[in-house]
Amino acid sequence: MSRKRREALAAYAFLAPDTLGLLIFVALPMVLAFGVAFFKVDGFGNYQYVGLANYKLMAGDDQLLASLKVTAIYVVTFVPIAFVVSFALAMLVRNHFKGIGWVRSAFFLPNVVSLVVVGLIWQFLLVDKRGALSKLLAPLGLGDVSFLGTPSLALGTYVVISVWFLMGYQMLVFLAGLKDVPKDLEDAAEIDGASSWQRFRFVIWPLLRPTSFFVVVNSTIGAVTGLQAFDLVFVLTKGGPARATSTVVLYIYEQAFTFNNMGYAAALTTVVVAILVLCTGLMFGVTRGGRFDED
Amino acid sequence: MRIRILPIVAHVLAIIAVLPLLWIVISALKPVEDVFDFGWPSTWTLDNLQYVLLKIPMPRFMLNSAIVSVAVTVIALFFHSMAAYALARLRFPGRGIIFSGIMSTLLVSLPVILVPLFLVAKQLGLLDSYAGLIVPSIFHAFGIFLLRQYYLNIPRELEEAADLDGCGYWRRYWSVILPLSRPVLASLSVLFFLANWNAFLWPLTITRNPDLRVIQLGVSGMQGQYASAWNLILAAAVIAAVPTVVVFVAGQKRLVDAMKTTGLK
Repeated sequence: MSRKRREALAAYAFLAPDTLGLLIFVALPMVLAFGVAFFKVDGFGNYQYVGLANYKLMAGDDQLLASLKVTAIYVVTFVPIAFVVSFALAMLVRNHFKGIGWVRSAFFLPNVVSLVVVGLIWQFLLVDKRGALSKLLAPLGLGDVSFLGTPSLALGTYVVISVWFLMGYQMLVFLAGLKDVPKDLEDAAEIDGASSWQRFRFVIWPLLRPTSFFVVVNSTIGAVTGLQAFDLVFVLTKGGPARATSTVVLYIYEQAFTFNNMGYAAALTTVVVAILVLCTGLMFGVTRGGRFDED
Repeated sequence: MRIRILPIVAHVLAIIAVLPLLWIVISALKPVEDVFDFGWPSTWTLDNLQYVLLKIPMPRFMLNSAIVSVAVTVIALFFHSMAAYALARLRFPGRGIIFSGIMSTLLVSLPVILVPLFLVAKQLGLLDSYAGLIVPSIFHAFGIFLLRQYYLNIPRELEEAADLDGCGYWRRYWSVILPLSRPVLASLSVLFFLANWNAFLWPLTITRNPDLRVIQLGVSGMQGQYASAWNLILAAAVIAAVPTVVVFVAGQKRLVDAMKTTGLK
């Protein structure tokens, strides 16, 4: 056997376990979703072909519409707020000062704890009237506000908690990006008389574009399909009150496992996949592959 | 003067950031009737923790989570490092396609494929079993990607020496590459352990049997059972969180290194 052939065979053997696993547990489910979407599946696992019925069902599904709206609002609020907060934190802890290690860890610590625990913590702090936040806000006359029980407030509360959970992680990504900004470029700008705002606007910001792009894409995908869109709302509000925090992924879960509509849930899955592919394609198109070069 | 103010702001914000975590630890150590009180407890008590550990099968939940987390971490690191070695070091037809194929799965997250994945797992007889908790959680492109990046930077000469000694590819991987990848494997193991200890959605979907309940399921289940017994719920939450905080503090530097690399450099 030639050396080339031996090398190739070895490579395939090394790759086999992971490739097979990814095929069975990631690729196959993706493909399967498009197949199952054409069936009605009952709780006993009986499949019945129904053509496009599942897709037609979506048109008249008000709860689906509500969930799409919740996810859309969540994305357009969470992504920019998390971006600004974590970027600000990264700038704050960029240069050395006494105790910087503890400060960085403190910002990251919420991300270490599970989303289930995060949900319980905030449920406790936000208990109506008796909770810590209500007591804190009582002097301002806001002691009776129910942050998780009022439909118009629940989604905002969920956004704030998500930011608290994820800001430390995004801060680290920004810090890694900031490390690549050459110090002498900034120093040169300073010698030339650039203000700190100008140094930020014309040196740091342009050089940080790839990092910013990564953060935006990553956090958008996370907001739509990440565990933060399921675990947290499941524990915090179960999608309520009045479906005000029912994200798309939570709704799909309910359709599949609460109402046993596996076929419909699969059809919904294909729609989310389509939206995701479209959004990613769009972002890559707009930014020419995330390169962001202005020229 | 402006320069000196920023560190103070940073310290204050850091305290605010961890305050919710600190708050529940302190509250979990208060007697039932004081749980909603502000500040330091008038009397400290371990009753809540004791109750949760003895009256609720919390130790069982923790054991289940430990088994699953350790198994997934060890197997995943083994498989991922093998795949990464091939992708970084060996030449073979289809390398580009296989690599892009693996990378494209990075976009797919569990909530998206949950329903069809459940159907696949069911067909494979994985419902309500440790295998069902472990096997589907192993495969993820992120670890492969990170290890491949690392292996690209290991000098080829080290491997060539082994080659001259007549070592096959397996020996080169096992006795040259693997020992050299200790730092990155350590980083990943912190990351994998945390992710699996904190896993909730997949265990929720794949298990019904109470004996297979993992810690996050056990803790979230308290919500329904002990609806307003906040002292107990908080005690359980603290117990679930302690191992993650310990692992974080112990492996902080490694974790941060791995996280930074997610910035795709």
